[in-house]
Amino acid sequence: MAETITMPKLGFDMAEGTLVRWVKQEGERISKGDVLAEIETDKATVEVESHASGVVLRLLVNQGDVVPVSSPIAVIGEAGEKVQEAVKAEPDAGPNGDDGKQKIQGADGGPRKTQATVSEASSARADLRLAAPPVESGPVKASPLAKKMAEERNISLASVAGTGPGGRVVRRDIEAALAASAPAASAASPMLPAATAPMPSFGPIPHEDLTIPLTKLRQIIARRMTESKTSAPHFYVTHEYKMDAALDLRTQVNALLPEEQKTSLNDFVVKAAALTLREFPNLNASFVGDHVLRHGAVNIGVAVAVEGGLLTVVCVDADQKPLRQIAVEVKGMVARAREGKVRPDDIEGSTFSISNLGMYDVENFSAIINPPEAAILAVGSAREVPVVEDGALKVGQRMKATISVDHRVSDGVEAAQFMQALAKYLEEPLRLLV
Amino acid sequence: MARITMREAISQALMEEMDRDAAVFIIGEEVGVWGGTYAVTKGFYDKYGPRRVKDTPIAENAIIGAAIGAALVGQRPVAELMTINFAFAAMDYVVNQAPKLHYMFGGQFTVPMVIRAVGGGGRQLGATHSQTPDAIFAHFPGLKVVSPGTPADAKGLLKSAIRSNDPVLFIEHATMYQVRGDVPDEEYLIPIGESKIQRPGKDVTIVTYCKGLELSMKAAEELAKEGVEAEIVDLRTLRPLDMGPVLESFMKTNRAVVVEEGWRSYGVGAEVASRIYEDAFDYVDAPILRVAQKEVPLPYNRVLEQSALPQVPDIVAAVKEVMK
Repeated sequence: MAETITMPKLGFDMAEGTLVRWVKQEGERISKGDVLAEIETDKATVEVESHASGVVLRLLVNQGDVVPVSSPIAVIGEAGEKVQEAVKAEPDAGPNGDDGKQKIQGADGGPRKTQATVSEASSARADLRLAAPPVESGPVKASPLAKKMAEERNISLASVAGTGPGGRVVRRDIEAALAASAPAASAASPMLPAATAPMPSFGPIPHEDLTIPLTKLRQIIARRMTESKTSAPHFYVTHEYKMDAALDLRTQVNALLPEEQKTSLNDFVVKAAALTLREFPNLNASFVGDHVLRHGAVNIGVAVAVEGGLLTVVCVDADQKPLRQIAVEVKGMVARAREGKVRPDDIEGSTFSISNLGMYDVENFSAIINPPEAAILAVGSAREVPVVEDGALKVGQRMKATISVDHRVSDGVEAAQFMQALAKYLEEPLRLLV
Repeated sequence: MARITMREAISQALMEEMDRDAAVFIIGEEVGVWGGTYAVTKGFYDKYGPRRVKDTPIAENAIIGAAIGAALVGQRPVAELMTINFAFAAMDYVVNQAPKLHYMFGGQFTVPMVIRAVGGGGRQLGATHSQTPDAIFAHFPGLKVVSPGTPADAKGLLKSAIRSNDPVLFIEHATMYQVRGDVPDEEYLIPIGESKIQRPGKDVTIVTYCKGLELSMKAAEELAKEGVEAEIVDLRTLRPLDMGPVLESFMKTNRAVVVEEGWRSYGVGAEVASRIYEDAFDYVDAPILRVAQKEVPLPYNRVLEQSALPQVPDIVAAVKEVMK
């Protein structure tokens, strides 16, 4: 019996996903758990695993197609098995589907012709396809010239952002990618002349304008941040926390833990924020047009810097997890994010986010809300500063944090109360352990 | 180098060839006493007399049929069709007899004839007399189809056509007889089947011919003001089609627009674009676009007629589209 694989829903606000790349081709054998395709959601590119074993009988959508959640994308069954007409997909047009031109631009844009049966899926053909594994650069929409240039110059088309119609990679994009990589390589050397190098000349330093094409991640960040800052009216509340106890506790705790389980100060903040959000459900919410949705779970997103942008990895049910588990989970997700290997679960479903620039000696900053959440906490560095306690001047560890809140959902007083309540956990951190 | 009109250039070619070779004669409606509907053969009747400048009844199949017969027995007729639309009345002779006799009879005969035909719209001649059916004729192997866009090319190509031992359909444009251009003073021939770069450029290739050349040159000037340097390849001959300069240009620019006056469907643009895709696929950086006549019978009303014909802004817009 053939099984249909559908576009997964990776987060409550996900309506559609872009099929970026078929990892398995029609005719290829696949086992349950194998990666079938890569899809791109609003937030990141993730891998879709097959929940069935067999042969890929039919890929129902083209690479680059935007597919609504739960729509069939592929059929897996036994070789030679007939595919029901019923699973015929009606994929949306391409990303710019409203543009009638897409249709005449050839095979790339148009929906794949789906026949009623695939009885011709002979094993000979399957073998052929197995013999020629899909090329890494195949899926990206690119002009024939761009494809050839990329091949000759050993550039991965997937790494190049297309500026042609419908995001097509064209000659100028490859040229820009080449130009962007060339100066980077040569720029490093003039700054560090070898000992034997002649005196640097004091002639004019050439400075050229560079066009840096947007990567997919950059495009996503640009779109989501613009959406957030233009649709959610932000306000900000800053609070300073006494971190002496938390830092002491962290030192003690880490002394007991193996390397891979050691906690960071951010893990403390994650746990503290999660517990505080239990008391402030209105900040663990989303503004949804005509109502506010208060999320049952407290899932804390942690912003992670990755090459060319950032991702938010999600610690699910952070209010219910021991600090050590939070530390291990976040560490694992951060590592995967930096290696470009995030799993769908890693990045979906956050209800509140934390952005921590503490490691960069930042006193304080404010963040843009990660939609569709209602608030984000921007955390600065814990710093040794002069403080006045009981009328006496002394040295203390202080950390500032700023919450950005969607004013459609909440107001200043609630945010201030949240920040105050957060102090309870950060300044008396034993509360995080009991 | 004299600056003369298309009419004068064609006239000179005819006269030079008639002077050179006594086998060359002209046959058609109103070509003699009247001097030609477009005054191309004005004065010929007086100079060469009725034996070499033959007026005929209004019967195109008779004109072409007689010309084929004369060609088979060693004459070099230049048959004139008042408009190319009348070729349909002589279709069997034009596409089924003239191009195939040499082949059907094992090379025993040649058909060294020229059919001069006036095509194109823009003169308010109505739907049946304004067509640009060039592609139809270029479809048939055995018939050479020539359609120049400058006086110099017209003269050199017509002389080659008259000297060719194969039948040649020589298509002139009804609105281009007054177009002026530099024509060499000395005798010259331009080989049939050679495309030519009429304007060098580096950013985009415009492939065109005949009236399309005039429009494309104007479009290129406008584009140049915006910093786009279009290279214009003039096909000059539709069969045999010389893709060399087209491909060379395209491999440089990677983008092309094909401009023709005929309808888009099954047209010259389709042929040229398809050949580029076949022979220079790895150089394609954008879909090749076609600028052509709107898919309607050409209206009589001047405004409607002009809006149905391809115009300079259409070419500019298409170029901008492929430059995206």
